[in-house]
Amino acid sequence: MPVVDESALKTAGGAEGDFLCATYRAMMTARILEDKLSSLYKAGKIVGGVYLGKGQEAVSAVLGTALIQGKDCFAPLIRDQAGRTAFGEPLLDCTRTYLGSVKGPMRGRDGNIHRGRPEKGMPAMISHLGAQVPLVAGILFAKRLKGKLEGCVGATSVGDGATSTGAFHEGLNVAAVERLPMVVVVADNQFAYSTPTDRQYACEDLAQRAAGYGVQGHRVDGTDLMACAKVICGAVKAAREGGGPQMVVAKLLRLSGHGEHDDGSYVPQVAKEGRFGRDCIEVGRQQLVDGGYATKEQVGEWHSEISQEVQRAVAQAQQEPGPDPYQEVWNALSTEFPGPECV
Amino acid sequence: MSVTYIEAIREAQEKLLRDDERVFLYGQDIAAFGGAFKATKGLSEEFPGRVFDSPISEDAMIGLAVGAAIEGMRPIVEMQFADFSSIGFNQIVNQAATHFYRTGVPIPLTVRLPSGGTPGSGPFHSQSMEGLYAQYPGLVVVTPATVSDAYHMLVGAVGLSDPVLFCEHKFLYRWLKAKAIDKEGLPIGRARIARPGKHATVVTYSAMVHEAVRAADRLQADGWEIEVVDLRSVKPLDLDTVLASVARTGRLLALGEAFPWGGVTAEVVARVVEEGFHLLDAPPRRLNARDTPVPYHPRLWAAHRPTPESVCEALRKLLSL
Repeated sequence: MPVVDESALKTAGGAEGDFLCATYRAMMTARILEDKLSSLYKAGKIVGGVYLGKGQEAVSAVLGTALIQGKDCFAPLIRDQAGRTAFGEPLLDCTRTYLGSVKGPMRGRDGNIHRGRPEKGMPAMISHLGAQVPLVAGILFAKRLKGKLEGCVGATSVGDGATSTGAFHEGLNVAAVERLPMVVVVADNQFAYSTPTDRQYACEDLAQRAAGYGVQGHRVDGTDLMACAKVICGAVKAAREGGGPQMVVAKLLRLSGHGEHDDGSYVPQVAKEGRFGRDCIEVGRQQLVDGGYATKEQVGEWHSEISQEVQRAVAQAQQEPGPDPYQEVWNALSTEFPGPECV
Repeated sequence: MSVTYIEAIREAQEKLLRDDERVFLYGQDIAAFGGAFKATKGLSEEFPGRVFDSPISEDAMIGLAVGAAIEGMRPIVEMQFADFSSIGFNQIVNQAATHFYRTGVPIPLTVRLPSGGTPGSGPFHSQSMEGLYAQYPGLVVVTPATVSDAYHMLVGAVGLSDPVLFCEHKFLYRWLKAKAIDKEGLPIGRARIARPGKHATVVTYSAMVHEAVRAADRLQADGWEIEVVDLRSVKPLDLDTVLASVARTGRLLALGEAFPWGGVTAEVVARVVEEGFHLLDAPPRRLNARDTPVPYHPRLWAAHRPTPESVCEALRKLLSL
């Protein structure tokens, strides 16, 4: 996936074709890859959980495409396969981590979506929600101290559930106090695991909270690729140009269970049939074709290309060895203290 | 001329800021105000743009520092009181402590924890949290008991590429003075013999080293020679020095100011029994604070933590066996 340059962020009555096509390819990659992961899980080939970003691809991919790997930082969360791909994470990082290859970035020490390459601007998430918000603030804070913040953005994703945590509040507040170029994208997907939003928050819209933090708030229909491109790119641009933290609240519906162990049967039919129940992949394809950014044939070709890429990434990871407990370096510290009885 | 424990901590931070541009200080009221205990007095003026007041957000303070460490900085976070690090606990044990093992990227972060009790401080400004943090893999936990260790171990902590909990004892801040800071210090991970003896070993750390030495001085009058081992760092734990002492004395009292369930003293006893059972002439003993919150009233507080009297009593029992 090529790194999209800043010119791709320009929006003029709609977003640029290259940007949209790159974004859509990342969305499609995530969907095809995650369908494959789901099958592998159901076939018993993946140990632990599988967590899908189904229905959130537009939001995630736009954010990932709008960021620049090597300059920006992106702390993805549980439903960000599309954003990871768009930001530049190789498919092998995903398949190796899910399938337990020792060659993956986590080397069997952590699994599934708990992966990252912090040295490349993609921290590895922990399961505790909201925790990455202050972490991204810290990366930006350090860049400022080093005199390297100019033109950089740090972004992270959370869901509606994470907005109820202390870490989210503390992190967004400190980012605002320091006026850091940070973008927090809230995918309000109507359910935190099984808990509906009326048990999660009492405000009308989470974007209302932005004002209380002194950050710029944005709302967007997360199922609408064009709208996401416009709003999220706008937020990234505003942060990049010194506008301080931005909070984007994307309304959508999670189109899967919390994980593949969960059938999501608690999601009422009315939500599935509602405005946000539509599939952003379908909406996005129509928008690309209608806008003349890509033809149906092109989109079909992408599908075949990506399917093959996914097959290769899965096959390679499946052939690779898992970690060997006898070869494992059982050391949680980088420092080597003298003496066998030391720790 | 003399230097106090808190002045040593301030001087160490001054040296670190001067010598290493990756170091910055982050905490509540630490910039112009100089910190609740004045551990950073004057540093924000001396090092503009390197010492920052944080919001009252312990989770975000640690989270921000971990992010900065990923980016190559060496942050020192001052918790106003160790007790409040419970709000930053998640970032310490789940974010900072797991990071190197999970990703291969180390987190050079030092968290200063003003620890332990002082008269009148009560349940929420008196806690000793070293045992809690030592339980987690991926953390170094140090507990300096002397002025020179306060200085050299803080410099050493920031020099490590791993997260360090620097447990500095508030009771020692102004009470403990030295003529000067030693030119060199022992490395982190090495214990020292604070007072030599031959009849029993007290293994302890932080402020309790001084209580143990007082108790040992009193028992001297009865002809007992008590050896006091200052662990200096509780993780890593220098079992070699502990076992060598127990080999000399045959008797062990593990002494700490933290709550009694588990913790450093239990770890010391367990390891000595496991590795040096044959060295023991009597069952090892533990002495800790009581199993209640740390009380406010000075009289209750003094009876809650180990004192020279209670250490003497524990030692007499140990020596009578």
